[in-house]
Order: sequence, then structure tokens, then C-alpha cells
Amino acid sequence: MTDLQDIRSSSARVIQAHDAKDMHGAHDAHDHHHHRHAENPVHTHGHHLLQVEDLSVGFRMYDPTEPFFAAKQELVNVIDHLSIAVHEREIVALVGPSGAGKSLLADAIMACYEPNVQVEGRIWFDGELQDAKSLAALAGGAIAVVPQSVASLNPLVKVGKQVQGGRRGAAKEDCARKQQELFARYGLVPSVADLYPHELSGGMARRVLLCCALIGNPRLIVADEPTPGLDEAAALRVLEDFRAFADGGGGVLLITHDIELALRVADRIAVFHDKTIVEETSVASFASPEHLQHPFSRALWHALPEHGFSAAGE
Amino acid sequence: MARYVLFHIAKCVVLLLAVSFLCFALVNASPIDPVQANLGQAAYINMDPEKRAELAAYWGVDAPLWESYANWLGGVVQGDWGISLRYNAPVLQVIAERTANTLMLMAVAWVVSGLLGFALGIAAALHRDGWIDRTIKGYCYLLAATPTFWLAMIFLLCFSVLLPIFPIGFSLPIGVNSSEATLLDALHHLALPAITLSLVGVANIALHTREKTIDVLESDYVRFSRMRGLSPAEALRNGCWRNLLLPALTLQFASISEIFGGSVLVEEVFSYPGLGQAAVTAALGGDVALLAGIAVISAVLVFGGNLAANILYGVIDPRIRRGQSESGKSARGGVGSDVGSARGSRPPRRMNGQRFTEQNEAGGRG
Repeated sequence: MTDLQDIRSSSARVIQAHDAKDMHGAHDAHDHHHHRHAENPVHTHGHHLLQVEDLSVGFRMYDPTEPFFAAKQELVNVIDHLSIAVHEREIVALVGPSGAGKSLLADAIMACYEPNVQVEGRIWFDGELQDAKSLAALAGGAIAVVPQSVASLNPLVKVGKQVQGGRRGAAKEDCARKQQELFARYGLVPSVADLYPHELSGGMARRVLLCCALIGNPRLIVADEPTPGLDEAAALRVLEDFRAFADGGGGVLLITHDIELALRVADRIAVFHDKTIVEETSVASFASPEHLQHPFSRALWHALPEHGFSAAGE
Repeated sequence: MARYVLFHIAKCVVLLLAVSFLCFALVNASPIDPVQANLGQAAYINMDPEKRAELAAYWGVDAPLWESYANWLGGVVQGDWGISLRYNAPVLQVIAERTANTLMLMAVAWVVSGLLGFALGIAAALHRDGWIDRTIKGYCYLLAATPTFWLAMIFLLCFSVLLPIFPIGFSLPIGVNSSEATLLDALHHLALPAITLSLVGVANIALHTREKTIDVLESDYVRFSRMRGLSPAEALRNGCWRNLLLPALTLQFASISEIFGGSVLVEEVFSYPGLGQAAVTAALGGDVALLAGIAVISAVLVFGGNLAANILYGVIDPRIRRGQSESGKSARGGVGSDVGSARGSRPPRRMNGQRFTEQNEAGGRG
């Protein structure tokens, strides 16, 4: 308990430091943007790499309870006042059940919106307040996404070309060289570049997708469920790649439903429940349920296999 | 490979037998008396009954269905397609004369409607729900609801009668010997029928392409391209357009039959001497040999189109091409740490399901 208080007080100092700079006027200094830090938070230039505040994502849809022609359009929020922050050199795992709307956070950060979506909130990247246009300009460059499956690759184009392609304005030879370097670094033999996506194994596909993200030299990677369909060894290898990226100075937002994997690789865990993040805390807090503040986080702790799968927190 | 070729040849033969037999059965069942239809009213009335019976016997009018079909089939196997009653010439000669005209008309309509429809469909999908999309959609719905022959008559009225830009009919100027007519004359006469046929064909292709493009734009791979900083149009240009090619090919080759059907109507309205017009004449005159000949030719055209589409899928889609050629071999090239298990023990993924549905779709349409 004392450890945590120490962390909290140190974070309070940090917040004072950047409140003084007044980057964006944090609402609640005590809570430090609604989250608790891992051991060594990195606030380069006194701000977070990525900060999302009060993000709400809703869809305009017809009220399903009304009769067909009388139904009025209404806004249905799928994410409601969500706040999360990612520091440099850390992996933050957004943990929550499948289908709860976690991926919409990735869409919002990557400025990839559905036609009937309504997004509200504030997103800072590297201390700068962003809007849809500037986020779209960052996408594929400073912020890169690693999608869930090989279905995100064009089935009719060779893998090497897809890794190279993407960014406009980059010289072709540079992209080709970068792609070869990345393949070498991630244990993909050069001939993989000539394969089509359906010829990749699950593990290879994840690495190819990671290479797609890294070709733009990102500072933040948003990984949307990067492990389903992999056996545990392959999943851990994928997560090690993210760890290495974070240790190299980048930030990773890992969106997953697998809290066990998240606990093994992440620095901090953000618990997604009921349309928002109810708790954003260090992995260390998951050592004991007393360190967790929200009842849902505690329920999650009790539901872990090593704590007996119990449904409630008895 | 040999099996594949033999199988398709067998399929084609069965199809042609069925089509030609159906032709004979339909003509046999029709109330039209070939003798009456081919002599003309006055000649028929003035002819004495013996003469009529003689003609009927000569043309085999009263022969039972099986006998006349067997006769015809026996002739075709030997290269003799019979004599056309209406044109009083060998069927092959009549078809050969008219095929050039019809093929030119169909080829122009096929290429123009295909390219224009494809482009309009993509443009509409990229500007979904915007004014470009609504304009294109409106145009397509309007045309899709327009009968071909009616549009042909409107065009005839507008561009041949009120504004005499194009000739009112035929494939060559009236009163000019075909040996004296120039290519320009031929094209001038071809223009209006070809435009009519193209415009009608556009609607179908554009609407289908629009739907398919929207599917592609909503696919995971275009989403990913967008998240990598490309606009939807850039993503399409950057290789995603290839995914439009398969459905477009299916559509394009399937539209051969529609264009052929349309050409029958258009040729009739414009008095354009093509296969379509000959088919109408043959059917109305009980000219079963010519009708069966034309039906067989058009069935070969349509069958060939669908076969070409099937073969092109394999050329374009690596999932079909490499799936066929490499299923026996082990994993190609890749030797990374977990490449060994790349093909053998792959966990079931969405990819597989998608691949099968796409193939099924293609098969179903083709």
C-alpha cells in the first residue's frame, strides 16, 4: 500500500510540473489524468505521448424499441467519457471483454470513422491537441496500428509490397530497403515478401502486420487484439516484439481481452467496463485485490485462473 | 489439366444439345405454320392444297419432333446446318453474313458499357451518398427501369428524325451497294444502336460495381490502408482495386447474354441486319434450322464468356492460382522460425471462410 502511495505522490509532482507549463490544463491533478503510474513513468518534455480525455464514441441509429416507421434516430454511446494515457517506453493494456467497443478507441485515435459515428473528446499526441485532420495525418506515421488478423492485408497483393506501400510521398527504394531490414530484424526470410497473405502462418502474419506499422517509424503503436488465434508461445513472441519496441522508446497501447497475457507484458492495465475505463493502474496493483479500486477490477482479479476463477469477489 | 478441358468440353456439348433440342421443341409447339408464314398471305390462299402439301413435305413440316431433330443433328455432325427457309440460303452462310454486324455491335456495347459502368460504379462508391453518387444512382435506376426497345425508339426519334445526326436504320446507306460503302458509313450506322445498347448495359454494371466497391471500401484491408494514412481512393489505387476485378469479370462476362438479348431488340428497332434480327425473323417464320443455328452460336458465345471468366479468375487471384498449383508441394520459400508449420497446421482463420465464400459467389454467378 505504501508503495502505491509513493507512486501516487510522485505522479502528483509530475502533474504539478506540467501544470506549470500548462500544456492543456489537466482537470484533476490529484488523480493525474485519471490514472496511476507504473514505476518509472516517462513524461518527456513534461507530457504524455498519448493522452485521451473524455472520449465518447456514439452511433446515430434508429431506436429499436419503437415501431418501424415511428422510430427516431438517437445517439447510442458505445464509449462514454473514456480517459487513458500512454507514456513513452511503456505498454498500456486496455483490457475488457470482446465486443465491448474497445476497438473503437483505436479507430478514434487513428481517425478512422464510420459514416454514422459521432466522436467527442480530446486527444493529445506528444503534447499537442489533435483534431480529426491532424490525427489522420499522423496515422501510418507517428501513430501506427497493428490490426488483429491477416484479413487486414489485401489478399491479392504480395506481402512485401504491402509492407512497403502505404505511406505516400516516400521513395520506393527507401521503402524496399526498410522492408528488407524489418523482415531481417523480425526473423522473416526475404522470400516471405513474395508470398500472398493466405500463404502466411499466424505468427508470420502478425510480424508482417508489425512490419507494416514499423515502416513509418512510429512513436506510438496501437495494437488491436494482436494475439487471438496464436498459441501461447507465438502470442508471447508477438508481445515480446511490442516490449522491444517500447523499450526502444516507443509507446504501445495494447487492446486485448486476454488479461493474463496483458499482465505478463504490460506496464499498466486499463480496465474497460461499461463503456469506459473504470481503472487505469500499474500491473503491480494486480498483485493483490486490495490495490485495485474499482469493484470490476477486483472481480477481474478474482476471475483469474490462479485466483480460482471465482465469479464474484468472495 | 486434361480432365479440366475434357470436363468443360463435355459440359458445352450437353448444353448445346439441350439448347438446340429446346429450340426444336418450341418451334414444334408453336402455332406458326412455316408454309403459310413463308409464302405470304396471297400466294398461300391462291395455292392449291396439293401444292401446299408438297411444300409441307419438302420442308418437313409434319415430321415428328424426334425425327426432324435427329435429321438436323445428323446434318450438323457432318457440317451441314441445313437450309434457312426464310433466307433460302444455307444457315451457316446467313449466320456468317450477320455475325460480323452483330459482333461489332455487341463488342462496342460490351466494352463501352463495361468500362463506363466500372468507372461510374467506383466513382459513385467513392462519393457515397454525395451528389455524384446520387446522380449516378438516379441515372442507373432510370435506365434499369427503361425497356431497351423503348429507349431505342426514343433515340431514333431524337437523333434520327428530329435531329438527323444518325441514319434511321440498316447497316449501310440505302441504295448503296455493300461493296461501295465505306468503313465510315458502317460506323455511322453502327453508332446509334451501339450507343443504345451500351447505355442500357451501363446501369447494371455500374450498380453492381458500386455495391462491390462499397464492400471493398468497408473491408478490413482498406480500413487498414486508411489507418496507414491513405485515403480510400489512394487505397484503391494502391492495389485494392484488384479485389474489384474478380466480380467485375464475372459481371462483364455474364453480361454477354444480356447484351445479346438487348441486341435482338435493338437490331429489330433499327432494322440492323444482325443475328438478333435474324433470330426474330426465324422464330416468326418457323425457320427452325436458322433459329437452332443462332441459338447454338449464342450459347457458344455465352458459354465461352463464362469459361473465359473462370480461367481469368485463376490468372488474377493467387488464392486460386497458387492454391491449385501448390497444394501438393510444401511451404514455398519461407524458412523463418515458424514457417515450417505455415501450411500444414494452420489454425482455422477468417481468411479461409472468406476465400470459400468468394469462390462460391463466383461459381454461383458464373
